[in-house]
Amino acid sequence: MEENIRTVTPEKAEAREASRVERTKDRKTFVPAVDITEDDSNLYIFADMPGADEKGVNVSLENDVLTIDAQVEDQKFEGHGVSYAEYGVGDYHRVFTLNEAVDRDRIEARLKNGVLSIVLPKAEEAKTRSIPIKVG
Amino acid sequence: MIMQTGKNWRWDPWREMERFRREVDSLVTGTRRLPAANFPPMNVFSGDEDVIITSEIPGIDPADIELTVTGDTLTIKGTRKPQEVREGEKWHRRERGSGSFYRSVQLPYNVDGNKVQADYAKGVLTIVLPRSEAERPRKISVTKGN
Repeated sequence: MEENIRTVTPEKAEAREASRVERTKDRKTFVPAVDITEDDSNLYIFADMPGADEKGVNVSLENDVLTIDAQVEDQKFEGHGVSYAEYGVGDYHRVFTLNEAVDRDRIEARLKNGVLSIVLPKAEEAKTRSIPIKVG
Repeated sequence: MIMQTGKNWRWDPWREMERFRREVDSLVTGTRRLPAANFPPMNVFSGDEDVIITSEIPGIDPADIELTVTGDTLTIKGTRKPQEVREGEKWHRRERGSGSFYRSVQLPYNVDGNKVQADYAKGVLTIVLPRSEAERPRKISVTKGN
């Protein structure tokens, strides 16, 4: 089914156990929704992680595997019981394989209003270069 | 994922039917209605003196959220702007939704509109809705008759 781009994503997708990685913590883990764009010099990743703060977020790049993790605090209000719940609160986890060389020293990540933005500058050799063709 | 756990939350069969109808519509037409009816998702916590509602709306300017309270109804309105793309930038993936949203929720009791507090942090909106003074349960002492 084709997804309407303008539609707001209704629910957080929970990470499936089928990812073959078993978790040691008894907690829900969600897969953050992402936007990924690219221009000549960078790759950009934007991930929705409501509830996460900069202390709990971890972005790591190992070889060509980029991992995003975030620990989120539980929602608790003293003297209040849950009467209606439409979303679950839990950690975030998502893994990407980058198919382009990235300059790992210049990777930038920031978190604002629950959105993680990562800028991955392309390594020099991976940038598109136009090669002049000589007339032979 | 909807859980009905509260004893003072009124279950409304019509609302459930409407939700069901919308789901069927979206299956048949392959499209979803705009604005999305179940965005932003909400969690409701009830206490004796107030109701706390939390809602996940990541990446929005708090000024773009409009909240109104009338009696026992809370309305939330806003627009989530799409990710901006500059000239020469191309998309690889687009999963984050955007567009306008509108939701009305019925609260378990009337609310004192002047005392409602809303706070937006880490992409989560938290609204504290104190129960209206006139509606708080009052203890009535029974006097002994002759």
